[in-house]
This record gives sequence, structure tokens and C-alpha cells, in this order.
Amino acid sequence: MKSVEHVPGEDNLVGEEPIRDGRPTGEDACGEHALTGVDQRGEDALTIAGRALSSRLLLGTGGFPSLQVMADAIQASESELVTVALRRVDPNARGSLVDVLAQVGVGLLPNTAGCRTARDAVLTAKLAREAFATDWIKLEVIGDEDTLLPDAPELLRAAEELTDEGFVVLPYTTDDPVLAKRLVDVGCVAVMPLGSPIGSGMGIRNPYNIALIREAVTVPVVLDAGIGTASDAALAMELGCDAVMAASAISRAQDPVRMADAMRRAVAAGRLAYTAGRIPRRTYATPSTPDEGLARFG
Amino acid sequence: MIVNGRPSETPPGETVAVLLRRMGLAPDAKGVAVAVDGEVLPRACWDEFALPGDARVEVLTAMQGG
Repeated sequence: MKSVEHVPGEDNLVGEEPIRDGRPTGEDACGEHALTGVDQRGEDALTIAGRALSSRLLLGTGGFPSLQVMADAIQASESELVTVALRRVDPNARGSLVDVLAQVGVGLLPNTAGCRTARDAVLTAKLAREAFATDWIKLEVIGDEDTLLPDAPELLRAAEELTDEGFVVLPYTTDDPVLAKRLVDVGCVAVMPLGSPIGSGMGIRNPYNIALIREAVTVPVVLDAGIGTASDAALAMELGCDAVMAASAISRAQDPVRMADAMRRAVAAGRLAYTAGRIPRRTYATPSTPDEGLARFG
Repeated sequence: MIVNGRPSETPPGETVAVLLRRMGLAPDAKGVAVAVDGEVLPRACWDEFALPGDARVEVLTAMQGG
């Protein structure tokens, strides 16, 4: 569903080339907001699979020093959707993650973290559906222990099987525009390309590919993995990503709650800049003050 | 019987609901899922499904991650 409206930001520039914007306008879910892309608060809503989210920041729940810090960080981030993993019941576990997240009032996006095969990922997704009563799944199929990069063939296979079974699939993928397109072709409702390896904090290593993915697909693009600090999140949004997922960048920061606040602002600022439409990059200066009326001395 | 990767004293024929109770989980526990021999066992079956003596059971719950 390509936008027929001209919204500010469609002539946005990455590098030297204008990017064609394939963003869905959210016409169905956002009503009149779709005309301008901006709501009353001056911010535009994100719609994934018909679900409107006013925050464009998704959080991972892993790596926080305590459940309390996690809860405080989620609140500071104003995120509405956080990922959770499924693991064996630990009889010694202190506090219930599900209860804490319910108190915060945030939506759960279960993931298939740790799965190495399509088979395991599909089974984990089915268990997650049972545990959390949601069809939504952040699909991860890891192909390498050191880099935690996705296993593309297994990922695609799992995505196809899960969408066939009625799941709402958000796959964690490489920054490969062709794979992103294939994932959408089999029914994924969004794509979550990595900026750099999980937990590396290396930011967006190939911004051109991220912009190409934004062009290649019509579903929301959620930059996932590699975010190190706020400027990385802002860059993702300036490149046209529809949302950013941050986990370690927040949970392992020296002050996670403060960083959550920083990420919230960065995502909002990046989105605003994207919709405002940046100036093109030029090699030579362009004067911002006209020469006309310049005084002549001597 | 193997429960969460460890040999278990669970007697054959015990229902999943009883097993969960012995593990300290409420029958209506939120965020819990059970797989038996690599297949999901829906919540609706927990009260009735009798675990075979050689069952491999996974009892999973939400954990911080992602």
C-alpha cells in the first residue's frame, strides 16, 4: 500500500540520492492522521498489522540489573511494546516478569531468542502463543554463535510456516533488502533489520542498506540490534525506519532509566527530522545570507 | 520422565496440572507453556493429560530477553 499523499519527508535524502518512501500511510488505522502523518500532539502514530502504537520505540527486557529498574526504564521510554523470551521455569526465580510488565501496562512481544532452527523457532512461537495469548511473535533464528547473525534460509522457512499458521510475524533479519522483501512476500507484517550485531553497540554499519530496505518493502521497518546510544536511534529514524528496538543499549547503560529517556527523545527527534525533510548534502557551501544589499567599502 | 532437562520423580500417569502444582505454579499461571515430546500441550489439556513414564516435558515461562 503506497502512499498517494505527499507527506513531508518523502523527499528526504540519504547521502546524495532521494529515497522513494514506501511507508504505509496507516490510512485504515490512523484515519485522518494519515493525511498529514501527524496527530494532535505533533507526533504520528505507527501502525503494525492494524495495531496503532503511539511510541516508535520498542524495548527488550533483557539485561536489566533488576525488575524495578526494568519497569522504571520502560516507563521512561514510554514504549508500548516490549519483548520477552521463553525459558525453562526457574524454581528460584524472584518476582514474576509477567506480573511486573502487567503492572507497567505494556504490551508483550514474545521472541524466539536462542532458536537455531526453523523447527525450534516454530515450536517456541507456538508455546509463546499459549503462554501469552498473543499471535504476535518476534522471530529470531540465529545462525552463528559469535555474531548472532540470523540464519537466512531457516528464518525464511520459519516465517512462512508461522504466517501460514496465522501468526503475526516480525522477523529479526540482516540488513539485506532482498531478504527483507522475501520475508514480506511470505506474509511478515514488519521487518526488523539489524544495524550491527546484537549487543555490539556498533550502531548502523550500513545505513544505505537500511534506506534500501525502507524503499523495498511497504511494511514497517523496525531497526533492531546494534543501537549503542541515542544518536544511533535518531539516525535509524532519519533513514526512514518506522521504529527502533533497543535492548542492551538501555538495559546495560550505566543509568538505564536515563538512557531510556534519551532513546525516547532521540526516536522522536529522528522521526520529526525525517518527516521535516533534511537538506541535500553538497560538497560546496551554499550561503544562507544573500549577497544582495551587501555594503561596499572603498 | 525428563522435566526441563532433568530426570524427574514424577510418577507415570500424573497429570500436567499436578506436575505444575508440585513445581510451585498456580493452575492459572500466566505466562506458562508446556511442551510434551516436542509438541505444545494446550492449557485446556493440562487437567486431563496423563504424562507417560518416558515423557520429555518442557515447562516454560517468560524471561527477560530480546
